[in-house]
Amino acid sequence: MWSLSNIAANIDQWLNANMSPTWALIVEMVIAGVAVIGLFAALGLVLVIMERKVSAWIQIRLGPNRVGPKGMLQSLADTLKLLVKEGMTPGGADKLLFNVAPFVAMIVAMLLLAPIAFAKDFQLWDLNIGVLYISAVSSISVISILMAGWASNNKYSLLGAMRSGAQIVSYELSAGLAVLAIVVLTGSLRISDIIQAQENGWWLFKGHIPVIIAFIIFIIAVTAETNRAPFDLAEAESELTAGFHTEYSGMKFALFFLAEYVNVFIVCAIGATLFLGGWMPFHIGNWHAFNGVMDWIPSSVWFFGKTFFLIFVIMWFRWTFPRLRIDQLLNLEWKYLLPISMFNLLLVTLIAIMGWHF
Amino acid sequence: MQLTNRAKQVDRRPLNFAEKIYLPAVLKGMGITFSHIFKKKATIKFPEETRPFSPVFRGLHILNRDEEGRENCTACGLCAVACPAEAITMDAAERLPGEEHLYREEKYAAKYEINMLRCIFCGLCEEACPKDAIYLTETFAPANYSRQSFIYGKENMVIPHPKENPEAFTKAKGLIDERKAKASQQQ
Repeated sequence: MWSLSNIAANIDQWLNANMSPTWALIVEMVIAGVAVIGLFAALGLVLVIMERKVSAWIQIRLGPNRVGPKGMLQSLADTLKLLVKEGMTPGGADKLLFNVAPFVAMIVAMLLLAPIAFAKDFQLWDLNIGVLYISAVSSISVISILMAGWASNNKYSLLGAMRSGAQIVSYELSAGLAVLAIVVLTGSLRISDIIQAQENGWWLFKGHIPVIIAFIIFIIAVTAETNRAPFDLAEAESELTAGFHTEYSGMKFALFFLAEYVNVFIVCAIGATLFLGGWMPFHIGNWHAFNGVMDWIPSSVWFFGKTFFLIFVIMWFRWTFPRLRIDQLLNLEWKYLLPISMFNLLLVTLIAIMGWHF
Repeated sequence: MQLTNRAKQVDRRPLNFAEKIYLPAVLKGMGITFSHIFKKKATIKFPEETRPFSPVFRGLHILNRDEEGRENCTACGLCAVACPAEAITMDAAERLPGEEHLYREEKYAAKYEINMLRCIFCGLCEEACPKDAIYLTETFAPANYSRQSFIYGKENMVIPHPKENPEAFTKAKGLIDERKAKASQQQ
Protein backbone atom coordinates (compact mmCIF):
# COMPACT_ATOMS: atom_id res chain seq x y z
CA MET A 1 0.00 0.00 0.00
CA TRP A 2 1.05 3.56 -0.52
CA SER A 3 3.02 4.85 2.43
CA LEU A 4 5.73 7.38 3.15
CA SER A 5 8.07 4.82 4.65
CA ASN A 6 7.87 2.67 1.48
CA ILE A 7 8.75 5.66 -0.65
CA ALA A 8 11.69 6.48 1.63
CA ALA A 9 12.89 2.86 1.56
CA ASN A 10 12.63 2.73 -2.23
CA ILE A 11 14.63 5.93 -2.65
CA ASP A 12 17.24 4.59 -0.24
CA GLN A 13 17.49 1.32 -2.17
CA TRP A 14 17.78 3.03 -5.52
CA LEU A 15 20.45 5.45 -4.31
CA ASN A 16 22.52 2.67 -2.75
CA ALA A 17 22.29 0.61 -5.91
CA ASN A 18 23.47 3.48 -8.09
CA MET A 19 26.23 5.14 -6.07
CA SER A 20 28.68 4.62 -3.25
CA PRO A 21 27.22 4.59 0.30
CA THR A 22 28.85 7.92 1.16
CA TRP A 23 27.29 9.68 -1.80
CA ALA A 24 23.98 7.98 -1.17
CA LEU A 25 24.03 9.35 2.38
CA ILE A 26 24.89 12.84 1.16
CA VAL A 27 22.11 12.76 -1.44
CA GLU A 28 19.66 11.52 1.17
CA MET A 29 20.64 14.35 3.48
CA VAL A 30 20.07 16.87 0.68
CA ILE A 31 16.68 15.31 -0.07
CA ALA A 32 15.75 15.47 3.61
CA GLY A 33 16.82 19.11 3.81
CA VAL A 34 14.83 20.04 0.71
CA ALA A 35 11.85 18.13 2.07
CA VAL A 36 12.05 20.00 5.37
CA ILE A 37 12.25 23.36 3.62
CA GLY A 38 9.38 22.34 1.34
CA LEU A 39 7.32 21.26 4.35
CA PHE A 40 8.10 24.61 5.94
CA ALA A 41 6.86 26.57 2.96
CA ALA A 42 3.77 24.40 2.59
CA LEU A 43 2.98 24.64 6.30
CA GLY A 44 3.36 28.39 6.26
CA LEU A 45 0.95 28.75 3.37
CA VAL A 46 -1.59 26.28 4.72
CA LEU A 47 -1.54 27.47 8.32
CA VAL A 48 -1.86 31.15 7.41
CA ILE A 49 -4.89 30.55 5.22
CA MET A 50 -6.29 28.20 7.86
CA GLU A 51 -5.88 30.81 10.57
CA ARG A 52 -7.57 33.44 8.44
CA LYS A 53 -10.44 31.17 7.52
CA VAL A 54 -10.95 29.94 11.08
CA SER A 55 -10.89 33.48 12.42
CA ALA A 56 -13.39 34.52 9.76
CA TRP A 57 -15.77 31.68 10.53
CA ILE A 58 -15.60 32.30 14.24
CA GLN A 59 -16.32 35.97 13.66
CA ILE A 60 -19.19 35.07 11.29
CA ARG A 61 -17.33 36.46 8.28
CA LEU A 62 -16.48 34.91 4.93
CA GLY A 63 -12.74 35.43 5.11
CA PRO A 64 -10.35 35.67 2.16
CA ASN A 65 -12.21 34.56 -0.97
CA ARG A 66 -10.64 36.39 -3.92
CA VAL A 67 -7.30 34.78 -4.79
CA GLY A 68 -7.71 31.34 -6.28
CA PRO A 69 -10.57 28.94 -5.62
CA LYS A 70 -12.27 29.92 -2.35
CA GLY A 71 -9.35 32.23 -1.60
CA MET A 72 -6.99 29.32 -1.06
CA LEU A 73 -4.09 31.06 -2.80
CA GLN A 74 -4.33 34.17 -0.63
CA SER A 75 -1.30 33.31 1.46
CA LEU A 76 0.71 32.62 -1.70
CA ALA A 77 -0.05 36.14 -2.89
CA ASP A 78 0.86 37.54 0.53
CA THR A 79 4.16 35.67 0.46
CA LEU A 80 4.90 37.09 -2.96
CA LYS A 81 4.23 40.57 -1.62
CA LEU A 82 6.55 40.02 1.35
CA LEU A 83 9.25 38.62 -0.95
CA VAL A 84 9.40 41.70 -3.15
CA LYS A 85 9.27 44.16 -0.27
CA GLU A 86 12.37 46.01 0.81
CA GLY A 87 14.04 44.42 3.83
CA MET A 88 14.93 47.47 5.90
CA THR A 89 17.37 47.63 8.79
CA PRO A 90 16.79 50.60 11.07
CA GLY A 91 19.69 53.03 11.45
CA GLY A 92 20.09 52.57 15.21
CA ALA A 93 19.85 48.80 15.09
CA ASP A 94 22.58 46.33 15.84
CA LYS A 95 22.96 45.19 12.24
CA LEU A 96 24.38 41.74 12.85
CA LEU A 97 21.97 40.65 15.57
CA PHE A 98 19.04 42.25 13.79
CA ASN A 99 19.68 40.30 10.61
CA VAL A 100 20.57 37.03 12.31
CA ALA A 101 17.57 36.86 14.65
CA PRO A 102 14.94 35.72 12.09
CA PHE A 103 17.26 32.97 10.90
CA VAL A 104 17.79 31.77 14.45
CA ALA A 105 14.02 31.54 14.85
CA MET A 106 13.80 29.56 11.60
CA ILE A 107 16.69 27.24 12.39
CA VAL A 108 15.22 26.41 15.80
CA ALA A 109 11.92 25.53 14.17
CA MET A 110 13.74 23.39 11.59
CA LEU A 111 15.76 21.56 14.22
CA LEU A 112 12.56 20.71 16.03
CA LEU A 113 11.22 18.89 12.97
CA ALA A 114 13.99 16.29 13.21
CA PRO A 115 12.60 13.89 15.85
CA ILE A 116 8.94 14.14 14.80
CA ALA A 117 7.45 10.95 13.39
CA PHE A 118 5.30 11.95 10.44
CA ALA A 119 4.11 8.44 9.66
CA LYS A 120 4.85 4.83 10.48
CA ASP A 121 8.65 4.35 10.25
CA PHE A 122 9.03 7.80 8.77
CA GLN A 123 11.15 9.99 10.96
CA LEU A 124 14.24 12.05 10.23
CA TRP A 125 16.11 11.23 13.41
CA ASP A 126 14.83 8.81 16.02
CA LEU A 127 17.26 9.73 18.78
CA ASN A 128 16.99 8.11 22.17
CA ILE A 129 16.45 11.41 24.00
CA GLY A 130 13.84 12.77 21.57
CA VAL A 131 11.61 14.48 24.13
CA LEU A 132 14.57 16.01 25.96
CA TYR A 133 15.97 17.21 22.63
CA ILE A 134 12.67 18.89 21.80
CA SER A 135 12.38 20.74 25.08
CA ALA A 136 16.05 21.72 24.95
CA VAL A 137 15.97 23.05 21.40
CA SER A 138 12.62 24.79 21.71
CA SER A 139 13.98 26.94 24.54
CA ILE A 140 16.47 28.45 22.08
CA SER A 141 13.59 30.19 20.31
CA VAL A 142 13.40 32.70 23.15
CA ILE A 143 16.95 33.76 22.27
CA SER A 144 15.90 34.71 18.75
CA ILE A 145 13.07 36.81 20.17
CA LEU A 146 15.32 38.52 22.69
CA MET A 147 17.88 39.08 19.95
CA ALA A 148 15.30 40.67 17.68
CA GLY A 149 13.90 42.84 20.45
CA TRP A 150 17.26 44.01 21.70
CA ALA A 151 18.82 44.60 18.30
CA SER A 152 15.88 46.64 17.00
CA ASN A 153 16.74 49.54 19.33
CA ASN A 154 13.05 50.21 19.80
CA LYS A 155 11.30 50.35 23.13
CA TYR A 156 8.28 48.40 21.93
CA SER A 157 10.49 45.67 20.58
CA LEU A 158 12.46 45.49 23.79
CA LEU A 159 9.33 45.39 25.94
CA GLY A 160 7.84 42.68 23.76
CA ALA A 161 11.02 40.65 23.85
CA MET A 162 11.33 40.93 27.63
CA ARG A 163 7.72 39.90 28.13
CA SER A 164 8.21 37.04 25.76
CA GLY A 165 11.31 35.95 27.64
CA ALA A 166 9.50 35.93 30.98
CA GLN A 167 6.58 34.12 29.43
CA ILE A 168 8.46 31.41 27.55
CA VAL A 169 10.85 30.68 30.40
CA SER A 170 8.02 30.25 32.88
CA TYR A 171 5.63 28.28 30.68
CA GLU A 172 8.40 25.95 29.60
CA LEU A 173 8.29 24.54 33.14
CA SER A 174 4.72 23.35 33.10
CA ALA A 175 4.97 22.23 29.47
CA GLY A 176 8.01 20.21 30.48
CA LEU A 177 6.23 18.70 33.48
CA ALA A 178 3.23 17.79 31.34
CA VAL A 179 5.52 16.09 28.84
CA LEU A 180 7.29 14.36 31.70
CA ALA A 181 4.01 12.74 32.73
CA ILE A 182 4.00 10.80 29.47
CA VAL A 183 7.70 10.03 29.74
CA VAL A 184 7.06 8.57 33.20
CA LEU A 185 4.23 6.42 31.89
CA THR A 186 6.20 5.20 28.88
CA GLY A 187 9.55 4.89 30.59
CA SER A 188 11.37 6.19 27.53
CA LEU A 189 12.37 9.52 25.97
CA ARG A 190 12.47 8.04 22.48
CA ILE A 191 9.61 9.26 20.32
CA SER A 192 9.12 5.93 18.55
CA ASP A 193 8.90 4.12 21.93
CA ILE A 194 6.29 6.61 23.14
CA ILE A 195 4.21 6.02 20.02
CA GLN A 196 4.65 2.26 20.27
CA ALA A 197 3.40 2.34 23.87
CA GLN A 198 0.12 3.74 22.59
CA GLU A 199 -0.60 0.86 20.25
CA ASN A 200 -3.47 -0.41 22.41
CA GLY A 201 -4.86 3.05 23.16
CA TRP A 202 -3.78 6.64 23.30
CA TRP A 203 -2.33 7.96 26.55
CA LEU A 204 -5.13 10.47 26.80
CA PHE A 205 -7.58 7.58 27.26
CA LYS A 206 -5.29 5.11 29.01
CA GLY A 207 -3.92 7.41 31.69
CA HIS A 208 -7.04 8.37 33.62
CA ILE A 209 -7.70 11.93 34.75
CA PRO A 210 -4.08 12.92 35.56
CA VAL A 211 -3.09 12.52 31.91
CA ILE A 212 -6.11 14.57 30.84
CA ILE A 213 -5.00 17.28 33.25
CA ALA A 214 -1.48 17.02 31.86
CA PHE A 215 -2.87 17.35 28.35
CA ILE A 216 -4.86 20.48 29.23
CA ILE A 217 -1.83 22.01 30.93
CA PHE A 218 0.32 21.09 27.95
CA ILE A 219 -2.05 22.79 25.53
CA ILE A 220 -2.24 25.94 27.68
CA ALA A 221 1.53 26.03 28.14
CA VAL A 222 2.38 25.56 24.47
CA THR A 223 -0.14 28.22 23.49
CA ALA A 224 1.80 30.55 25.76
CA GLU A 225 5.13 29.26 24.52
CA THR A 226 4.31 29.96 20.90
CA ASN A 227 3.24 33.49 21.86
CA ARG A 228 -0.29 33.11 20.62
CA ALA A 229 -3.40 34.78 21.93
CA PRO A 230 -4.62 34.83 24.70
CA PHE A 231 -0.96 34.84 25.72
CA ASP A 232 0.37 37.00 22.88
CA LEU A 233 1.84 39.65 25.15
CA ALA A 234 5.08 39.57 23.22
CA GLU A 235 3.38 41.10 20.20
CA ALA A 236 0.29 42.66 21.76
CA GLU A 237 -0.87 44.88 18.91
CA SER A 238 -2.84 47.26 21.05
CA GLU A 239 -0.01 47.93 23.46
CA LEU A 240 3.28 47.31 21.66
CA THR A 241 2.41 47.84 17.97
CA ALA A 242 3.93 44.49 17.01
CA GLY A 243 6.23 43.65 19.91
CA PHE A 244 9.59 42.14 19.09
CA HIS A 245 9.11 42.29 15.33
CA THR A 246 7.97 45.93 15.17
CA GLU A 247 11.02 46.97 13.15
CA TYR A 248 11.04 43.99 10.82
CA SER A 249 9.69 44.16 7.32
CA GLY A 250 9.69 42.15 4.12
CA MET A 251 11.27 38.74 4.12
CA LYS A 252 12.78 39.02 7.59
CA PHE A 253 9.33 39.61 9.02
CA ALA A 254 8.04 36.73 6.93
CA LEU A 255 10.64 34.44 8.48
CA PHE A 256 9.43 35.34 11.99
CA PHE A 257 5.87 34.84 10.90
CA LEU A 258 6.68 31.50 9.32
CA ALA A 259 8.67 30.39 12.37
CA GLU A 260 5.71 31.24 14.59
CA TYR A 261 3.35 29.10 12.54
CA VAL A 262 5.80 26.25 12.17
CA ASN A 263 6.29 26.36 15.94
CA VAL A 264 2.55 26.01 16.35
CA PHE A 265 2.66 23.01 14.05
CA ILE A 266 5.55 21.49 15.96
CA VAL A 267 4.04 21.85 19.42
CA CYS A 268 0.78 20.42 18.12
CA ALA A 269 2.67 17.56 16.51
CA ILE A 270 4.38 16.87 19.81
CA GLY A 271 1.06 17.06 21.64
CA ALA A 272 -0.44 14.66 19.12
CA THR A 273 2.53 12.32 19.47
CA LEU A 274 2.60 12.26 23.25
CA PHE A 275 -1.08 12.30 24.10
CA LEU A 276 -2.95 11.23 20.97
CA GLY A 277 -0.73 8.44 19.79
CA GLY A 278 1.12 10.12 16.90
CA TRP A 279 0.48 8.10 13.74
CA MET A 280 -1.29 5.32 15.68
CA PRO A 281 -4.83 4.77 14.41
CA PHE A 282 -7.76 4.99 16.76
CA HIS A 283 -8.64 1.59 18.18
CA ILE A 284 -11.45 0.52 20.46
CA GLY A 285 -10.78 -2.62 22.54
CA ASN A 286 -11.98 -5.71 20.70
CA TRP A 287 -13.98 -4.20 17.84
CA HIS A 288 -11.93 -5.90 15.15
CA ALA A 289 -13.99 -4.67 12.21
CA PHE A 290 -13.81 -1.08 13.42
CA ASN A 291 -10.08 -1.39 14.15
CA GLY A 292 -9.50 -2.87 10.70
CA VAL A 293 -11.16 0.14 9.05
CA MET A 294 -9.07 2.48 11.20
CA ASP A 295 -5.88 0.63 10.24
CA TRP A 296 -6.75 1.06 6.60
CA ILE A 297 -6.38 4.86 6.89
CA PRO A 298 -2.70 5.72 6.21
CA SER A 299 -0.61 6.57 9.27
CA SER A 300 0.43 9.94 7.82
CA VAL A 301 -3.23 10.92 7.57
CA TRP A 302 -3.70 10.01 11.22
CA PHE A 303 -0.69 12.06 12.25
CA PHE A 304 -1.61 15.13 10.25
CA GLY A 305 -5.27 14.83 11.20
CA LYS A 306 -4.50 14.86 14.91
CA THR A 307 -1.95 17.63 14.52
CA PHE A 308 -4.30 19.82 12.55
CA PHE A 309 -7.07 19.17 15.04
CA LEU A 310 -4.81 20.49 17.82
CA ILE A 311 -3.80 23.44 15.62
CA PHE A 312 -7.48 24.18 15.15
CA VAL A 313 -7.97 24.08 18.93
CA ILE A 314 -5.14 26.56 19.43
CA MET A 315 -6.59 28.83 16.74
CA TRP A 316 -9.95 28.45 18.39
CA PHE A 317 -8.39 29.72 21.66
CA ARG A 318 -6.96 32.70 19.86
CA TRP A 319 -10.26 33.85 18.46
CA THR A 320 -12.22 33.19 21.65
CA PHE A 321 -10.28 34.67 24.55
CA PRO A 322 -9.13 38.21 25.28
CA ARG A 323 -5.46 38.78 26.06
CA LEU A 324 -4.24 38.31 29.64
CA ARG A 325 -2.34 40.99 31.49
CA ILE A 326 1.31 40.24 32.20
CA ASP A 327 0.66 39.80 35.94
CA GLN A 328 -2.31 37.51 35.27
CA LEU A 329 -0.17 35.55 32.86
CA LEU A 330 2.61 34.99 35.35
CA ASN A 331 0.13 34.32 38.17
CA LEU A 332 -1.54 31.65 36.08
CA GLU A 333 1.75 29.91 35.53
CA TRP A 334 3.51 30.21 38.87
CA LYS A 335 0.52 30.05 41.21
CA TYR A 336 -1.73 27.59 39.41
CA LEU A 337 -0.31 25.62 36.49
CA LEU A 338 3.09 24.84 37.99
CA PRO A 339 1.82 23.53 41.39
CA ILE A 340 -0.98 21.63 39.66
CA SER A 341 1.35 20.04 37.16
CA MET A 342 3.90 19.13 39.85
CA PHE A 343 1.22 17.42 41.92
CA ASN A 344 -0.16 15.87 38.77
CA LEU A 345 3.26 14.45 37.94
CA LEU A 346 3.29 12.80 41.36
CA LEU A 347 -0.10 11.23 40.65
CA VAL A 348 1.06 10.03 37.24
CA THR A 349 4.17 8.55 38.81
CA LEU A 350 1.99 6.74 41.31
CA ILE A 351 -0.17 5.40 38.49
CA ALA A 352 2.90 4.31 36.57
CA ILE A 353 4.46 2.56 39.57
CA MET A 354 1.28 0.80 40.60
CA GLY A 355 0.48 -0.08 37.00
CA TRP A 356 -3.01 1.39 37.26
CA HIS A 357 -3.07 2.63 33.69
CA PHE A 358 -4.64 0.42 31.05
CA MET B 1 -36.52 58.11 37.43
CA GLN B 2 -37.09 54.82 35.68
CA LEU B 3 -37.03 55.10 31.91
CA THR B 4 -37.35 51.46 30.95
CA ASN B 5 -37.87 48.25 32.84
CA ARG B 6 -34.83 46.64 31.22
CA ALA B 7 -32.38 47.62 33.96
CA LYS B 8 -30.64 44.66 35.57
CA GLN B 9 -29.24 44.52 39.06
CA VAL B 10 -25.51 43.70 38.89
CA ASP B 11 -24.57 40.56 40.77
CA ARG B 12 -21.71 41.50 43.07
CA ARG B 13 -21.42 38.29 45.04
CA PRO B 14 -17.84 36.95 45.29
CA LEU B 15 -17.09 34.10 42.89
CA ASN B 16 -17.59 30.61 44.23
CA PHE B 17 -15.07 27.85 43.65
CA ALA B 18 -16.58 26.55 40.41
CA GLU B 19 -16.49 30.06 39.00
CA LYS B 20 -13.00 30.73 40.29
CA ILE B 21 -11.37 27.90 38.37
CA TYR B 22 -12.80 29.56 35.24
CA LEU B 23 -12.81 26.33 33.22
CA PRO B 24 -16.62 26.12 32.84
CA ALA B 25 -16.72 29.73 31.67
CA VAL B 26 -13.80 29.09 29.34
CA LEU B 27 -15.54 26.08 27.81
CA LYS B 28 -18.79 28.02 27.51
CA GLY B 29 -16.97 30.78 25.63
CA MET B 30 -15.38 28.25 23.32
CA GLY B 31 -18.80 26.73 22.73
CA ILE B 32 -20.13 30.10 21.67
CA THR B 33 -17.32 30.72 19.19
CA PHE B 34 -17.61 27.17 17.87
CA SER B 35 -21.31 27.61 17.21
CA HIS B 36 -20.43 30.74 15.21
CA ILE B 37 -18.71 28.56 12.62
CA PHE B 38 -22.05 27.12 11.51
CA LYS B 39 -24.00 30.37 11.60
CA LYS B 40 -25.10 32.13 8.47
CA LYS B 41 -22.32 34.56 7.66
CA ALA B 42 -23.02 38.21 8.34
CA THR B 43 -20.88 39.37 5.41
CA ILE B 44 -21.48 38.91 1.68
CA LYS B 45 -19.25 38.71 -1.41
CA PHE B 46 -19.90 42.32 -2.25
CA PRO B 47 -19.52 43.04 -5.94
CA GLU B 48 -21.07 39.71 -6.92
CA GLU B 49 -23.82 39.86 -4.32
CA THR B 50 -25.51 43.00 -3.08
CA ARG B 51 -27.80 43.51 -0.19
CA PRO B 52 -31.43 44.29 -1.07
CA PHE B 53 -32.03 48.02 -1.05
CA SER B 54 -34.91 49.92 0.40
CA PRO B 55 -37.49 50.56 -2.35
CA VAL B 56 -36.72 54.25 -2.25
CA PHE B 57 -32.93 53.98 -2.08
CA ARG B 58 -31.37 57.14 -3.51
CA GLY B 59 -28.19 56.61 -5.52
CA LEU B 60 -26.66 58.31 -8.54
CA HIS B 61 -28.93 60.20 -10.92
CA ILE B 62 -30.00 59.38 -14.45
CA LEU B 63 -31.72 61.56 -17.05
CA ASN B 64 -34.67 60.01 -18.79
CA ARG B 65 -35.52 59.71 -22.49
CA ASP B 66 -38.88 58.89 -24.00
CA GLU B 67 -39.63 55.86 -26.17
CA GLU B 68 -38.29 57.54 -29.32
CA GLY B 69 -35.07 58.47 -27.62
CA ARG B 70 -35.81 62.16 -27.08
CA GLU B 71 -34.52 63.72 -23.90
CA ASN B 72 -37.24 64.62 -21.43
CA CYS B 73 -35.43 67.48 -19.71
CA THR B 74 -36.53 70.97 -20.68
CA ALA B 75 -34.02 72.81 -18.50
CA CYS B 76 -36.75 74.42 -16.45
CA GLY B 77 -34.38 74.62 -13.48
CA LEU B 78 -36.83 73.38 -10.86
CA CYS B 79 -34.44 70.64 -9.79
CA ALA B 80 -31.64 73.17 -9.36
CA VAL B 81 -33.94 75.35 -7.29
CA ALA B 82 -35.06 72.40 -5.19
CA CYS B 83 -31.53 71.20 -4.62
CA PRO B 84 -30.52 72.03 -1.02
CA ALA B 85 -26.87 71.33 -1.71
CA GLU B 86 -26.77 73.46 -4.87
CA ALA B 87 -25.17 70.61 -6.72
CA ILE B 88 -27.07 71.01 -10.00
CA THR B 89 -26.16 73.50 -12.72
CA MET B 90 -27.53 73.69 -16.22
CA ASP B 91 -27.48 75.76 -19.39
CA ALA B 92 -30.69 75.92 -21.37
CA ALA B 93 -30.81 76.12 -25.15
CA GLU B 94 -33.55 76.43 -27.75
CA ARG B 95 -34.30 73.46 -29.94
CA LEU B 96 -33.44 74.25 -33.56
CA PRO B 97 -35.45 72.95 -36.53
CA GLY B 98 -34.29 69.46 -37.39
CA GLU B 99 -33.50 68.59 -33.79
CA GLU B 100 -36.99 67.30 -33.01
CA HIS B 101 -35.70 63.74 -32.80
CA LEU B 102 -33.26 64.75 -30.09
CA TYR B 103 -35.32 66.76 -27.66
CA ARG B 104 -38.95 66.34 -26.74
CA GLU B 105 -39.83 70.00 -26.22
CA GLU B 106 -38.71 73.34 -27.62
CA LYS B 107 -36.22 73.96 -24.87
CA TYR B 108 -33.53 71.59 -23.71
CA ALA B 109 -30.51 71.40 -21.40
CA ALA B 110 -27.37 72.05 -23.41
CA LYS B 111 -25.32 71.44 -20.31
CA TYR B 112 -26.58 69.58 -17.26
CA GLU B 113 -24.14 68.93 -14.47
CA ILE B 114 -24.48 67.43 -11.01
CA ASN B 115 -21.57 67.60 -8.63
CA MET B 116 -21.78 64.20 -6.99
CA LEU B 117 -19.49 65.31 -4.19
CA ARG B 118 -21.88 68.12 -3.25
CA CYS B 119 -25.02 66.07 -3.78
CA ILE B 120 -26.58 64.77 -0.57
CA PHE B 121 -28.83 62.30 -2.42
CA CYS B 122 -32.00 63.69 -0.85
CA GLY B 123 -34.05 63.06 -3.98
CA LEU B 124 -35.71 66.48 -4.01
CA CYS B 125 -34.71 66.96 -7.67
CA GLU B 126 -36.59 63.79 -8.53
CA GLU B 127 -39.66 65.09 -6.67
CA ALA B 128 -39.43 68.58 -8.19
CA CYS B 129 -39.17 67.42 -11.80
CA PRO B 130 -42.42 68.08 -13.72
CA LYS B 131 -41.17 66.39 -16.90
CA ASP B 132 -40.39 62.87 -15.66
CA ALA B 133 -36.77 63.59 -16.55
CA ILE B 134 -34.54 62.94 -13.54
CA TYR B 135 -34.44 59.81 -11.40
CA LEU B 136 -32.19 58.48 -8.70
CA THR B 137 -30.91 54.94 -9.15
CA GLU B 138 -29.57 52.19 -6.98
CA THR B 139 -26.05 52.76 -8.28
CA PHE B 140 -23.82 54.11 -5.55
CA ALA B 141 -20.25 54.37 -4.36
CA PRO B 142 -18.59 55.65 -7.51
CA ALA B 143 -14.80 55.69 -7.31
CA ASN B 144 -12.36 57.86 -9.18
CA TYR B 145 -9.01 59.55 -8.96
CA SER B 146 -9.95 63.22 -9.28
CA ARG B 147 -12.55 65.53 -7.83
CA GLN B 148 -13.24 66.95 -11.28
CA SER B 149 -14.46 63.58 -12.49
CA PHE B 150 -17.23 63.59 -9.92
CA ILE B 151 -18.96 66.45 -11.70
CA TYR B 152 -21.27 64.33 -13.83
CA GLY B 153 -22.39 65.73 -17.15
CA LYS B 154 -25.13 64.62 -19.53
CA GLU B 155 -22.79 62.00 -21.00
CA ASN B 156 -22.71 60.26 -17.63
CA MET B 157 -26.38 60.51 -16.81
CA VAL B 158 -28.63 60.34 -19.87
CA ILE B 159 -29.91 56.80 -20.30
CA PRO B 160 -28.97 54.83 -23.45
CA HIS B 161 -30.69 55.60 -26.75
CA PRO B 162 -33.51 53.14 -27.63
CA LYS B 163 -32.34 52.77 -31.25
CA GLU B 164 -28.59 52.56 -30.64
CA ASN B 165 -28.76 50.33 -27.60
CA PRO B 166 -32.29 49.01 -27.18
CA GLU B 167 -31.38 46.45 -24.55
CA ALA B 168 -29.74 48.92 -22.19
CA PHE B 169 -32.59 51.34 -22.82
CA THR B 170 -35.26 48.83 -21.83
CA LYS B 171 -33.23 47.92 -18.79
CA ALA B 172 -32.95 51.54 -17.69
CA LYS B 173 -36.63 52.11 -18.38
CA GLY B 174 -37.47 49.01 -16.42
CA LEU B 175 -35.51 50.29 -13.46
CA ILE B 176 -37.30 53.62 -13.61
CA ASP B 177 -40.70 51.93 -13.80
CA GLU B 178 -39.81 49.67 -10.90
CA ARG B 179 -38.77 52.68 -8.91
CA LYS B 180 -41.99 54.53 -9.68
CA ALA B 181 -44.03 51.48 -8.71
CA LYS B 182 -42.13 51.05 -5.45
CA ALA B 183 -42.41 54.73 -4.61
CA SER B 184 -46.17 54.74 -5.18
CA GLN B 185 -46.45 51.60 -3.06
CA GLN B 186 -44.56 53.34 -0.31
CA GLN B 187 -47.15 56.11 -0.26
